[in-house]
Formats: sequence, structure tokens, C-alpha cells
Amino acid sequence: MTGTINSLLVVVLLVNLFMLGASRMRALIHAAASQGVILSFMPLLLAARLDWIAVVVAGVTIGLKGLIIPRILHKALRDAKIKREVEPLIGFLPTMLLGALGTVLSLVLAACLPVVGHPVSNLVIPVSLSTILTGFLLLTTRVKAITQVIGYLILENGIYIFGMLLLAAVPFLVELGILLDLFVGIFVVSIIIHHINQTFSSMDTRQLTALRE
Amino acid sequence: MEALQRQPVQRWVAQCDGCIRVHDEAMIRVWMNLILLAVVLSGLSGAWGLLSTGRHAWGQWVASACMALAGVLGVGAGLAALAGNKTLVIQYPGVLPGIAMHLKLDALAAFFLVLIFVVGAAASIYGLGYWPQARRRRTAQKLQFVYGLMIAAMAMVTLAADAVVFLTAWEVMVVAGFFLISTEDERADTRQAGWVYLVATHVGTLSLFGVFALMHAATHSYMLAAIPPADGAVVRLCIFLLALLGFGIKAGLMPLHFWLPGAHGNAPSHVSATLSGVLLKMGIYGLLRILMCLPQPPAAWGVVVLSLGAMSAVFGVAFALGQHDLKRLLAYHSIENIGIILMGLGVALIGVAEGHPMWVLFGMAGCLLHVWNHGLFKSLLFLGAGSVISATGSRKIDALGGLARLMPWTAALFLLGAWAICGLPPLNGFISELLVYIGALVPATHAGAGGWAAVSLAAVALAVAGALALACFVKVYGAVFLGMPRSKQALRTREVSLAMRVPMVVLAVMCLVIGLFPMVVLTPLEHAVGVWAWPMGGSKRLATAVPWRELSIAGLALVTGAGLIWLLMRRSSSLRLRRAEPTWGCGYVQGTARMQYTASSLAQMLVAMLRWVLLPVQQGGAPAGIFAGRASFHSDVPDLVTDRLLFRFWRWLQLRLRPMRRVHQGSIQRYLLYILLVLFVLLLTLVPVWTIVRHMLAP
Repeated sequence: MTGTINSLLVVVLLVNLFMLGASRMRALIHAAASQGVILSFMPLLLAARLDWIAVVVAGVTIGLKGLIIPRILHKALRDAKIKREVEPLIGFLPTMLLGALGTVLSLVLAACLPVVGHPVSNLVIPVSLSTILTGFLLLTTRVKAITQVIGYLILENGIYIFGMLLLAAVPFLVELGILLDLFVGIFVVSIIIHHINQTFSSMDTRQLTALRE
Repeated sequence: MEALQRQPVQRWVAQCDGCIRVHDEAMIRVWMNLILLAVVLSGLSGAWGLLSTGRHAWGQWVASACMALAGVLGVGAGLAALAGNKTLVIQYPGVLPGIAMHLKLDALAAFFLVLIFVVGAAASIYGLGYWPQARRRRTAQKLQFVYGLMIAAMAMVTLAADAVVFLTAWEVMVVAGFFLISTEDERADTRQAGWVYLVATHVGTLSLFGVFALMHAATHSYMLAAIPPADGAVVRLCIFLLALLGFGIKAGLMPLHFWLPGAHGNAPSHVSATLSGVLLKMGIYGLLRILMCLPQPPAAWGVVVLSLGAMSAVFGVAFALGQHDLKRLLAYHSIENIGIILMGLGVALIGVAEGHPMWVLFGMAGCLLHVWNHGLFKSLLFLGAGSVISATGSRKIDALGGLARLMPWTAALFLLGAWAICGLPPLNGFISELLVYIGALVPATHAGAGGWAAVSLAAVALAVAGALALACFVKVYGAVFLGMPRSKQALRTREVSLAMRVPMVVLAVMCLVIGLFPMVVLTPLEHAVGVWAWPMGGSKRLATAVPWRELSIAGLALVTGAGLIWLLMRRSSSLRLRRAEPTWGCGYVQGTARMQYTASSLAQMLVAMLRWVLLPVQQGGAPAGIFAGRASFHSDVPDLVTDRLLFRFWRWLQLRLRPMRRVHQGSIQRYLLYILLVLFVLLLTLVPVWTIVRHMLAP
């Protein structure tokens, strides 16, 4: 069991690095979706016995993160006629290197964190921290509004992994609540993207600096 | 709230005297439920209006009807609870995880509840005419909703028995106040007043958090319970000072009053009436409640409160004298009256410390009755000012004049309010100021008072404040209602609508009743004082200490006499004042609007006398030369704290912090990077770098 989880977590790490290096928008969306799907399976593997709530939650998560949210993003991409390339503020290779550095640091940090009890896998905390950092890197180094959305999505994935530690303590209801928030957030943002694009014919978040005092 | 009531709740009745009768217990529970119903009604009163499109006024009618109903319920139940003088504590377990919610109804809470619901309902009905939805559309919808919320929150503050409920209600009340003040947010000075209020009030809230944290540390519970006297004097002093700061800001105590004139001046008038009449009193209420938790206060606290109160009273009215804006002037008078209220509290605190029940009784009775009275006549005055503003469209005293003939109702009611606020008999202001006077003078006549006879100096401050208030209202009434109209707007004025007159009449009648028949408020007062001063035991001597009946008869005689003279003057032409001009009047016989005294010139002598504190700013002066050209004169009294201290400090701070602007770029990416960096640094602090380095260096 631990072996499967560990290998899944390693896959998540690899997806993180892939996303930092991805230059195509479509690839980025697919990567985020697949990461979400992988993560959705984990509670099923961790649960002592399969009860129907766990199955329902996993199903809903897969449906949202694997199907609906990617679809919304693709649609926004199409409707807003956004150029299919990711526009980075700093190059792809430097971001990947930063991501790798972040992963190493996460491993160091995870060793130093005072954790109560035994986590299912030693990789849970480092992968979670690394995913959060990846989300932040995407948020800070990419220009387009839609990459910002994906950045938040990855950030949430990281928090989701962290929640795996507390699986016994955090009820599924809370998970569902977070998921709903995320879904509504992305739904709203994609609508906003569409409207902003129609009004200003630009999707560059750098233009938002015009709003400062 | 309604859902809460259906839950099985634990209730118990506690009473200071001891014996509990089943009947009373059942009754106070009924009153409590009625008050809670009134809270729900007023809290939701504006919600219906939000649903309407804004073109139709039915939302506003529903809101005012709800507020009126809540007023009737709240006032009735409040008065009943006040007369019953029992205490009821209700506990709702598990509203928040792990924390129970406590509400408490006693005579002191009921005393404030009555005021909240009276003024809340009156001002809401007044709003129908003053801020009609048909004309104000969206701001009216927002205003009604937030207004109801604020009234409900204020009622919850008075009912709160633990820190969680208190702070939650307090915060709702304060934020609702912000939205009400910034109703006309298209005006720059309103926005500024709103921000100043928000900053000031949150400084207050912060210190209240300090108060409750310290109290929790001392009692290990969030209940508003008495702290054991054994606990450290330093902790209790800290609690007192923080409470004085937090509640003092809310009440508008003199050096902390800086947010008040702007906020009350710029809010819509019926909102100003509620803010000034009731919201300020929540500061007094909070201070009273916290002081109840600190038994055996040192006498020095009383001296501090008394001197701050005297300062507020005198300087509040002094600044009022120099104002040209009708509502700012009334706002400064609120500071004066808060000062009078605090003087009563100061005398009572000294009495508690020194163990003299009489000082406590009179000081506290004066303090509490003035809370009611100021709530009544100040709302009346603000509503009157609102009528003037809605009729003429101007707040500038110097643009008005001669309104008494055009708006007889408003003029008469404003005169009554002015009479009351000056503390003249036979109105309610006189009764409460009389109690504070007696409270301040009792120590001088009391054998064995020793040095405390000096407390009587407070009576001097009170007298000075009263005289200045009289001068100030002579100026206001003379300039606004008498004389000749000074502008075109003042000429084209009509009396305001019935919806605006009725609430004023109701408030005026209440002022008259308390003033003419002070006996009716004695029992409620004794009960409320008894709750506050519980360690001093029962106090039933208020009724016999002052010859109330003779006072009442004298007042009635005064009113009847004045009425008779007025009637006679109307009837008989021989007694009517006749205009007589001197033979050689040299063109000064027929004054024009430009030749009459202005508000500034009426107050000029007193302002000049108080120059050392008011620091008036004057521009222009008398025309010079034989063939004098055009001349202009302008005088202004800027606020000492706001304009001279705070704004200058803020400008200085802004200049100094300009380099920080470079960090504030407006780029989302960069802001997120800041968050990331902070997160990173925080995480890195967990890494025992030093240990790792040592391990690496060690062979």
C-alpha cells in the first residue's frame, strides 16, 4: 500500500516539474487535470475500508478536477482566443530549476517539521510543500490570467495532499466544501476572463498595474 | 435567533435580593423573549426593502413599520423588565463549536434597551420623510438595511453576558455605523469622516479585545463576571485604562472625540440622531459593565473619570460655540453631554471607593438619567436640524434665518429640545443635571468627607458648561429661526411632512413628561442604579431625597404661566409688542437681512474669551479707509485634535513612508511573491540551520 502511494506521490512531483516547464497552455491544463485525478484516488487507497462516502467524494473530485474544470479552462481558452503559449516572466528552465530547488528544500523542511503521529508515507509532507511552492511559482512567474487560475488549482492540490495527513480528523464534508469553493472560484474567474477579454481585448495581468493608486 | 429559541436551553434566574418567585421568573422570561423578538424584527427590517426594485417605497414602509413594532415591543418589555427588577441569564450551548452563548437581562440592560428602541423607531419613521426611497433609491435601501442591523446589534450589546457575544455585536454595530455615516459617499468630506470613524472605532475595538483578554486571564471565563479582588491591582488598572480608551473613543470623551463631529455632521440627520442619541451611549454602557466587573475601585479612577468628564463638558460646549455648521455644532454638544454623564459616573465611582452610598446613588442616577435625557433631546434636536436641512438644503447656520414663521412646528420643537439640552427647568435636562449637581455637592456637605469636598468643584464645571450651552443655543436659535432669512433657500421654505413631525412630537412629549413628572422615572432609576452598585446594597432613597412633588408643581406652574402669558399676548392687542422706532434712527430703523447679527458675531465675545483653547482662525477684517472697498471676514474653529494634531501627523507619516510606495506596485505576481517569500522565511525558521552547520563542521 505504502509503495503504491509513494509512487503516486513521485508522479505528482514529476507532474509539478513538468508544469513548470510546459510552454503550451493545453499541456499545462492536461497536466493539472491529471495531477488532480491522481490525487483523487489517494483517499481510496488510504481508507481502511471502502465506505460509500469515500467513493462518492473520490468520484466527485475526479469529475471536477479531471473533467469539468479542464473543460471550463479549455472553453475559456477557446472563447477568449488566448494565444496557446504560456507567457513566462522568467524563462521555463529557470522556473524548473527553482521548482527543483523548492522540492529539495521541501524535503529538508519536512524533516524538520514536528509531526505528531506517523504519516502514511514520509513523502506526503514534502510533496505537499513542493506542490504548494509550484503553485506559487506558477502564480508569480506567469502572466496570463488563465495560468493564474491553474496556479491556484495546483496550490489547492498541495493543500489537498496535506489534508491526507488528517484524513481521520477532517471529515469528507469539509473536503467537499473546499472542492465546491474551488469549483465556484474557477467558474467565476473563467466568466470574468471572458468578460474582461471582450471589454479590453487583453488578458495580460500585467495590465492590472494600471489600477494601482 | 428564532431557531435558537426553540432549542432546549438551560436557563436560570439569579437575583441579588435572594428570594425567587416563580411568577417573576416566568415574567422576565416573557420580557426577554419579547425583546429578542424586537431584536430580530429590527435586524431584518431592512431586508425586505433590498428585494424591491428601488422605485417603489413599500420596502421603506415595511422597514419603518417593523422598526415601529420592534420599538413598541422593545420599549414595553424593557420598561416591564425595568419595573420588575429581576435578572435573567440565558445560555445557548453550542452555537459556536465549544463556546456557549450567554445573554443577560437585568434592570441596567433594560434601561439602555428602552432608549435604543425609542430612538430607533422614532428616527426610522422620520426617515420616511427625510430620506424617501422614491428620491434616494439605492442609498435608501442600503440605509434601511444597515440601520435595522445597527439597532439590533446595539440591543445585543446590552444583552450580552459574555465576551464573544459582546464583541460580535459590538463589531456589527460599529461597522453598520460606518456604512450609515458614509451613506452619501459621493461627497469627499463624508468619505473622510467615514474613514476617520472606522480607524478610530477599530482602535477602540482593539483595546476592547485587550480588556476581555485580560479579564479572561483573571477569571478563566469569557463571562462578564466580577474579577476577584485578590487579583493584582496592576491587571485591574490595565483593564480600567483599556476600557476607558476603548469605550471612551466610542462615547466621544474629550481627547478621543476626534471622529465625532465629522461623522455626526455628515451622516443623514436621522442617522445622526441615532448615532448621537444612542450609539455614543453604548460606550457608556460598556464602561459601566466593565466597572461592574472590577469591584472595589480605587478612588483615583473616579477622579480620572470625573476630571475627563468635566473637561469634555466644558470644552465640548466651547468648541460648539465656534461652529457654523448646524450638525457639527450639535455633535460638539454631544461631547458636552457625554462629559456630564461621565461626571455623574465619576462621582459615583468615588462614592463606591470611599463607601458613601449617597454619592453613588446621586452620581449614578444623574449619569443614567442623563443617558436617557440626552438620547431624547439630542435626537429631537438632530431631527429638527434635519427638518431645517431638508426644507432649506443648507447646513450653514449663516445661510438660514427667520424660519420660525415658515416652519412653526419645527421651530417650536427645536426650541423645546434646546431648552432641554441647556438644562433649564421644567424639562428633562434639568432633572438629570440636578441629580448630577446634587451628587457633586453632597460630598461638600457630607460630614467626614474630608478632602473629597473638592469633588464639588465639578459642580462649577457643570455650571460653566450649562451657561455656555445656553449661550450657544441662543446663538443657534436666534440665527436659524429668528431674524430674517439670509438666503434665497431660507425664503422658499415650507413646513416638513407629517412623517417627520410625528417622531419629533413623540420625543418632545417624552422630554416634557420626564421634566414635569420626574417621579415616574425614579423607580426605574433606582433599579438600574441598584444593579450597577450591587455591592452597596439596595438604594431606595431617591424618592425622598429631593422634593420631587414640589418640583413638579413648580414646573407645571411655570408651563401654565408661560402658556397663559402667550395666550394673553395673542388675544389682546394692547399687550402685543409694538414696534417703536427712535425719531432720529438715521436709517438703522429697518434692518435688512445683511444687517443682523450672524452666528459668528453672536458668539464672538465668548469665542474671543476662550481663544486660548479654541484657537480660532480668522481671515479678513474691517474695511479700511474713508472710501472703504469690499471687505470680507471669515472665522473658523478647527478641531483641536483632528485638524491640528491627527491630520498633521498623518501627512507627516505619509511623507515619511513615501519610499514604501515602491514596494506597492500593483502587480499580482509581485504581491504573490511577497506572500511566497514570507511563507518561505517562516518555514525556514523551522530549519535548525545552526545545528546542521555545527554537524557539518564537526569532524
